[in-house]
Amino acid sequence: MSAVDVPEQESWFHRNQQRIAPWLFLAPGLLFFMVYVIIPVFQSFNLSLYEWDGLGAAEYVGFRNYEDLYWEWADRDAFYISLKNNLIWLLLYLAAIPAGLFIALFLNQTVWGIRLYKSLFFFPFVISQVVVGLVFTWFYDPTFGLLNEFLGFFGLGRLNVLGDERFVTYGIIFAGLWPQTAYCMILYLTGLNAVDPEQIEAGRLDGAKGARMLWHIILPQLRPATFIAFVVTIIGALRSFDLISIMTQGGPFGSSRVLAYYMFEVALSEYGFRMGYGAAIAVILFLIMLCFIAYFLWSMYREERGH
Amino acid sequence: MFPKPIEKQPRAAQITYKAMLPVALLLWLGPLLAVALFSIKPEADFTNANYWGMPSRFEGAFNYGQVFFNSDMPRYLMNSFLITIPTVLGCVALSSMTGFALGIYKFKSNIWIFFMFVAGNFVPFQILMVPVRDLTLELGLYNTKTGLVLFHIAFQTGFCTLFMRNFIRALPFELIEAARVEGISEWRIFWYVVLPLMKPAIAALSVLIFTFIWNDYFWAVVLTQGAESQPVTAGITSFNAQFRAAYQLMSAGSIVAALPPVAMFFLMQKHFIAGLTLGAVK
Repeated sequence: MSAVDVPEQESWFHRNQQRIAPWLFLAPGLLFFMVYVIIPVFQSFNLSLYEWDGLGAAEYVGFRNYEDLYWEWADRDAFYISLKNNLIWLLLYLAAIPAGLFIALFLNQTVWGIRLYKSLFFFPFVISQVVVGLVFTWFYDPTFGLLNEFLGFFGLGRLNVLGDERFVTYGIIFAGLWPQTAYCMILYLTGLNAVDPEQIEAGRLDGAKGARMLWHIILPQLRPATFIAFVVTIIGALRSFDLISIMTQGGPFGSSRVLAYYMFEVALSEYGFRMGYGAAIAVILFLIMLCFIAYFLWSMYREERGH
Repeated sequence: MFPKPIEKQPRAAQITYKAMLPVALLLWLGPLLAVALFSIKPEADFTNANYWGMPSRFEGAFNYGQVFFNSDMPRYLMNSFLITIPTVLGCVALSSMTGFALGIYKFKSNIWIFFMFVAGNFVPFQILMVPVRDLTLELGLYNTKTGLVLFHIAFQTGFCTLFMRNFIRALPFELIEAARVEGISEWRIFWYVVLPLMKPAIAALSVLIFTFIWNDYFWAVVLTQGAESQPVTAGITSFNAQFRAAYQLMSAGSIVAALPPVAMFFLMQKHFIAGLTLGAVK
């Protein structure tokens, strides 16, 4: 760029400033996001058509990875179990929403010290899932865990939750519900703060109270909170990785795997580096997530139009 | 207010409620309190199977001393800070610009770019895993804090843009129009008019991103390996392998690892909650 051009360029820039400015502001963020998020999604799609150990040359295999996944499904093998567990996670994780609402209603009072109580109830969400996982591993421990002390107190037999294929997934989900419920609780507490007191009064005059009041007057006003709770809970359920990795590493005998964990196991652990196969699993997980993402975006789009 | 304020209930209900609060809290935090109890017990208590009784003597100082002076824990903690803080700064810088662009200017692709950020933010990590790991390897940043920071900045920009854009949308647009009439350049409008108004949003995002990144485990495992670059979430597993069956030390380690975001939350509670509700619930 020679010095002579500068004044002319500046004035052109000046005239078109409002058209160019947004792109200049977007450029760094967009570049980062493209390189690290958007492009990798497509790369993974592409990679799922190859067989690759991460080092040598990748071999194009068409849809064979997906065929293999289909056979795993048909044989009720790892992929089937992961998918089934993902479904269980999705359904049971949603319990965090009513549970969070319940605690929020319980805490929505103005007695002395209630602020501290609210903060302490929120605690589990702030600590890392790794620590939550450790805490619950000990909670379930067959020799000294609190759960078994508890069961013993009531004269019930010992339970090895994390070592039993029948209970393991439910045990991990229960651990996950702890922080997730705290999150939903805080969403509802904020929502309850904004509920219109006049409508409550009007409802009271009409003789509504308790559950009827909650259902007909409070919940409709909590819709934005419920929507966000729904979004974060679904995403959380499909992202479940940390807890499984810490608590069971997918065991016993792979019975607590979910897609997110199985993918990692296939692509990056002792089972060898099957990157293409892992990518195929990731694509399936992505497609499941995409249904929800599309729904969220659609809701947001309608909201935007509404304004 | 719903439910009906407890002060307007009969006295018995008030007393029951006030008695239930601490009990409920104790149950709710039970598993965590158990770990706190473990962390101050002497090793002998575990060999004598005194898991839940009173500690035979207070060994908290010794246990935490072990964590801080006799393990890699300080290193992991340092790494966590060196990963988390640059990420927070990077995210805030990038997203206040993208949020400004998408919140202020009207152009055709605006909403689509916005949706791209939002959608990208919801993507499962696994679909990014292999390409991001390769990219990091190619850049020579595998097993470095920088590699982790760059990815975190990029990924969190999605969420941050959503947040910033919505916040800027709610600002009075007349301010910007007035500035434009005065002939102030767009960059100066951003810097002198909008940025000062964004302070609450920046505070909210900073605490939130701090917590998210501090607690990240997946990417720490995928992109780093040893004590020289791993953050505390990943480090704690090696720590636990080192002190296998030393429950008092593992407990103390976990508490230390969990503490910084907890402190952050208590210091900046108001901002934290404003951030979590994505500004959608006021």
